[in-house]
Amino acid sequence: MTVQDTDPGIPTAAAVKTAPWEERFTSYDVEAFEVPGGREEQWRFTPLRRLRGLHDGSASVDGQIDVAVVSGFGDAASSDLGGVRHETVGRDDPRLGDGGIPADRVAAQAWSGFTRAHVVTVNEARSDDEPLTITVTGPGQGSTAYAHLQLRLEHHAEAVVVLDHRGSGTVAANTEFVVADGAKLEIVEVHDWADDAVYVGAQHLSVGRDATIRHTSVTLGGDLVRLSPVINYRAPGGDAELDGLYFADGGQHFEQRLLVDHSVVNCRSRVMYKGALQGVEGGTAAHTVWIGDVLIRKAAEGTDTYELNRNLLLTDNARADSVPNLEIETGEIVGAGHASATGRFDDEQLFYLMSRGVPEAAARRLVVRGFFGEVIQKVRVPALRDRLEAAIEAELEAVGA
Amino acid sequence: MSTLEIRDLHVEVETESGPKEILRGVDLTVNSNETHAIMGPNGSGKSTLAYSIAGHPKYTVTQGDVLLDGENVLEMAVDERARAGLFLAMQYPVEVPGVSMSNFLRSAATATRGEAPKVRHWVKEVKNAMSDLEIDPSFAERSVNEGFSGGEKKRHEVLQLSLLKPKFAVLDETDSGLDVDALRIVSKGVNEYKAQSDVGIMLITHYTRILRYISPDRVHVFVNGKVVESGGPELADELEENGYVRFTGSAAESSKEEQPA
Repeated sequence: MTVQDTDPGIPTAAAVKTAPWEERFTSYDVEAFEVPGGREEQWRFTPLRRLRGLHDGSASVDGQIDVAVVSGFGDAASSDLGGVRHETVGRDDPRLGDGGIPADRVAAQAWSGFTRAHVVTVNEARSDDEPLTITVTGPGQGSTAYAHLQLRLEHHAEAVVVLDHRGSGTVAANTEFVVADGAKLEIVEVHDWADDAVYVGAQHLSVGRDATIRHTSVTLGGDLVRLSPVINYRAPGGDAELDGLYFADGGQHFEQRLLVDHSVVNCRSRVMYKGALQGVEGGTAAHTVWIGDVLIRKAAEGTDTYELNRNLLLTDNARADSVPNLEIETGEIVGAGHASATGRFDDEQLFYLMSRGVPEAAARRLVVRGFFGEVIQKVRVPALRDRLEAAIEAELEAVGA
Repeated sequence: MSTLEIRDLHVEVETESGPKEILRGVDLTVNSNETHAIMGPNGSGKSTLAYSIAGHPKYTVTQGDVLLDGENVLEMAVDERARAGLFLAMQYPVEVPGVSMSNFLRSAATATRGEAPKVRHWVKEVKNAMSDLEIDPSFAERSVNEGFSGGEKKRHEVLQLSLLKPKFAVLDETDSGLDVDALRIVSKGVNEYKAQSDVGIMLITHYTRILRYISPDRVHVFVNGKVVESGGPELADELEENGYVRFTGSAAESSKEEQPA
């Protein structure tokens, strides 16, 4: 067994004394959770005032999300879904909850408040060239929605899925990814919201026996986006890779709270999240939060896990909090490690590239593109890769970098 | 024919106890097709001279000029200097994770040549240049300088020299940390570029070892922030024989005279 604790670089937050999951409580009922006050471990980084009442019951639902499913991505999309089923179901559908149970008040609020849920079921092995695109559109500016979406991959199904969030409004959501035994899901979850949007979502990822899930989380737009993915292994042999890319501008708050719960033997997890921040002088800081909790329970012998978070501060007035937590209750594991580092844009790199004639803006683009390269290269939808690269270039141009 | 002219160059660096003058009036003129060795002991300001010519933000020029064919280099941004035909082979090349060597070289060539090189020719050009420097082709896909050994970094600096084709190249301790085989390969690369171009070279070094491979037309002894003596190749032989003692002794005295306080 190897336990590595890599140099965390510039520490951006104090280590927590109690592991967050020790008090982890789950319930479908919003009233089972106290209204957060802001000091709780779960909420201490989140500006509650900007949640528009999602956390304290004062939000009122007056809108709904729109969910569209097509085969293909971008220009190549087609409405012929083949063996994929998109249903709208009531609250009593027995499949709801297969992915996991809410673990915070906003997720429970969304669960208590939704009226119709969307269930997308894949019961075939689709080829990589035929990604599914699920587009979630917000309720519109000034409106609030509680959303529920479940993506199911049945036994030995395979699919590459783009889950594309866009639009305006305020959304609290539960998203379930239920990957049955032997199934293989590659999902890219994109949050490219309009500037006004607030989205607080819990992602429940359920990994069956010998199932594989590759979840890439991309956050580019929105006023506040808070994502809480939880990996639940249901049986041995599960393999989860969680990648992330986020780019926060001045005033944006992007928060990612991951929990990988190794509760059964011989499962693997890899986490690699990378973020860039650029603030605007004088305005509200660009703020990102990354919490990476990995729990290896006593029963989870043979676990193999590694998590990494890197943040690149491109300007002043930007703050990146990064807190990896690794709790190990058994020594009989293959490996466990974590690394976290937050650093400024490296002026020496800039000088080196410019001393070869490359203009400053192009040099910055090279470095930032290089920084995100290992995340983007793993995205298997070429048109989406192009879009992500273009989005990053656009972000850099926005401040004239 | 081009000229790089350094006139009365004074340069400061910011330290904890305030600004400190490192270069104290450097005068030096290098013409096309000339190789000048700048030799001096550690801490004499040789690297500061190299980085000041390239425009590193750490160094502040307080007085003097650097002129490339009459154009004031000091008014140019770092990238403009490179596009004007200056090149600095660094003593400690910087690692740039995530940026592949091939992408970097192509970006640099596009910038310095003013247009993107034609793909077919470019691939061949890079391949040949790499093979001349005995660089394994796999390096093209590795991140810039990341995990390279000292010798590999120096070879890649010379690779850039041969691809970017500058009018003037400053080689800052390109010989340091190289074993004899690596020194031979690197020197051969420099000599080949000299032979096929009109490049003027400033070869900054502490030791005479590299001068056995790259022969200088002029040798300058650099002590305490300026050139204290210039001569032909025979001056290097004297340094080989006697070291810098003759110059550092007198330089220490003269610096006392300059600063009577």
